[in-house]
Amino acid sequence: MATDKDLQEFRAEVADWIKHNQPADPGFLLPQTFMEVGSEQVLDFLREWQHKVWSAGYLGMAWPEKYGGRGLSPSYQNIADEEMKLARVPICFNVIGLGWAGPLILDKGTDYEREKYLKGILNAEDIWCQGFSEPNHGSDLGSIQTRAERDGDHYLVNGSKIWTTMGNYAKYMILLARTDSQAERKYNGLSFFLAPMHVDGISTQPIKKLTGEYGFTETFFTDARIPADCIMGEEGQGWRIAMQTLQYERGAEAGAAGGISILSIVMNDLLKMAAEIEREGQPLLKDPLTRDNLVKFLIEEKALHLAEKRIQTPALCADYPNSLSLSGKLRSTEFYRRMRQYALNLQGAQSALYVGDKDAVDGGFWQRAYMNNFSTTIGGGTSQVQANIVGEHVLGLPKD
Amino acid sequence: MTSRTANMAFAFTDEQAMILDSAKSFCADKSDIGTVRSLIASDNGYNQQVWSEMVELGWTGIAIPEQYGGSELGIGSTVALIESMGRHLLSTPYIATTLASQAILRGGSDQHKTHWLPQVAEGSIGTLALLDNEDWGAITTSCNLSESGDKLILEGSKLLVSDAAVADFFIVSANHNGAQVLVLVAASSLSPDALSRKVLIDETKRACTVNFSGVEVTPNDILPQSETALRDIKLIGALLIAAESTGTCAATLDTVVSYLTSRIQFGRLIGSYQALKHPTVDILIQMDSARSLIYHAATVISLQPLDQDAEIACRMAKAQATEALLFAGDRAIQFHGGMGFTYDCDAQLFLRRALGSQHQYGDAQHHRLHLAGLLLD
Repeated sequence: MATDKDLQEFRAEVADWIKHNQPADPGFLLPQTFMEVGSEQVLDFLREWQHKVWSAGYLGMAWPEKYGGRGLSPSYQNIADEEMKLARVPICFNVIGLGWAGPLILDKGTDYEREKYLKGILNAEDIWCQGFSEPNHGSDLGSIQTRAERDGDHYLVNGSKIWTTMGNYAKYMILLARTDSQAERKYNGLSFFLAPMHVDGISTQPIKKLTGEYGFTETFFTDARIPADCIMGEEGQGWRIAMQTLQYERGAEAGAAGGISILSIVMNDLLKMAAEIEREGQPLLKDPLTRDNLVKFLIEEKALHLAEKRIQTPALCADYPNSLSLSGKLRSTEFYRRMRQYALNLQGAQSALYVGDKDAVDGGFWQRAYMNNFSTTIGGGTSQVQANIVGEHVLGLPKD
Repeated sequence: MTSRTANMAFAFTDEQAMILDSAKSFCADKSDIGTVRSLIASDNGYNQQVWSEMVELGWTGIAIPEQYGGSELGIGSTVALIESMGRHLLSTPYIATTLASQAILRGGSDQHKTHWLPQVAEGSIGTLALLDNEDWGAITTSCNLSESGDKLILEGSKLLVSDAAVADFFIVSANHNGAQVLVLVAASSLSPDALSRKVLIDETKRACTVNFSGVEVTPNDILPQSETALRDIKLIGALLIAAESTGTCAATLDTVVSYLTSRIQFGRLIGSYQALKHPTVDILIQMDSARSLIYHAATVISLQPLDQDAEIACRMAKAQATEALLFAGDRAIQFHGGMGFTYDCDAQLFLRRALGSQHQYGDAQHHRLHLAGLLLD
């Protein structure tokens, strides 16, 4: 067991390491999330950074040593993550590997699979992507059409996936495909694969986002042959394994390797930005209407933070016990959407400038952050679908 | 009192959880909607028997230190009680009395505390008389204390004094020697025609204009720590109204959900329509935010003068709870359709409560104005 003193010393060690190793400004805008790796330049930078964090011993700290980890208590990883977040270092971008595939393989995989995959996830040599969503089906995973048919010691995969983050850079994909089109319940016909991307019959087409940047691909499967032993669990268990996979990313205790996966933007960043700006001939932060709006956002931000804590006090969540957990995505992603949109308004005339212009406020960071935020209000179930879920599963309102 | 740190999000003890549980069942039991409606016609707006039971349960002494006959569980514990009262529209002089006793506890002399606090714990009713006009943000008062020999004479009236008709004592803000002070006035020293009952939009509540002109007090009736006490009871008042509003917001939500899951139009339960479903989810989200903020404020308030974190927490709680309840009440009327336009529909009780309490101890904009100074400068 790590004592408080051990952990304190470790925290100082990490802070010191960050101080000496935090990368200098690369001269281009770094991604705020792993969905913004749009060029080789950004990819190389992040790969080098993640490798560096892992080499220093600050990634996968709770994973076993023989798979590239350090076999320590999750408390160490949490501390390392806290310090990296505080120092606003770049993200550890191999998110699907670190938070989804890796923990799944560690938890449910064979020794062979652990040996084969885990270290490459941590040291960033093997990038992982996720193949769940399909064109025309969006949030509705039950309707997956991509087929995987058993053919001797292979599966023959046909179909397409969309919104594959880093699909063009990934070596492996966690793939959800239909192995049984006759299954009575459509969820029971799905299977889960650790699929290699570099095989004949798989091609990727980068998707240009509303920001003008890249980060996602559409992924096409045309008689792609995937070795049969790439399946996780049994045929038909795909849905259950996929749902389980989503649980790991909740932190080191849940199995995730750690590393910060998102550069958070908080109200304090907005206030810092607004401090420099003038409107109607006076500092913007003196304007009463602006002040009222900012305080509304601050109250909302405070309530969001408190909600995370109140979940842990069941006596204060008695009347709608699953309310805060089921509404969490809706509340936070919509807050950030409105807050980032307001950030642009605050910039005044400068808000018309974009990434690439030398006069853009913070290099166009807010412009890009606002537009990219739609990935969170749309991906993983749109806010409108989330509102249905909360209405039906928390309040008991009828389905539409 | 357990020690609490300002940056702690929630400290909700097992004891407080028990209080909350018993408050929930007590309020549900004593204050069904029929009872609430029948009390609208009563003079004082509450049932004396229910009040006596609340006193017996120790609720009026919950925030009073043991040395003065209370159970010393802190003002934070009253938040759980008041949220439950709000949920069942159980109106009693509880909030008024709690605030009056907090004024004495935080600003009074030993003699004030020893004389009044045990009486409050045993059921005496007190109330605050602070408001001169429509402005909860006013920092001055037109009420004056002038010298007359070794006596002081009060001059002026106070508006919207809650439960004035049943109060045993008043805490009145007035000018004395160039400073604003709080002065204790026993109900027995008022002239017979001092009270005039107001017609309130929230028919479950009672308030009067009180004319204090000519009332005689002594310098000993002035609370020695008036300045901090006045500041703090306004903030605590905001928190307690926020707690009550949050409870009423939850009740409003329940009523809306119940209608949406039983009313059929165009061949479908109306709750299946997203045009009604999604704003109902918004009510839930606003209510949840208010609830997080009130219990957080309850956690960071202590017997000490309120620090900046406590002030921020109280103001955020009131700003959020007021807006949440007004939104919920307004949508509740609309979603009940033609029924919602009738007096018989319970939605009007919730909307009237929202309208009646939104300005009590400052509306959302007032608190955001003060928060801006605390958070942006």
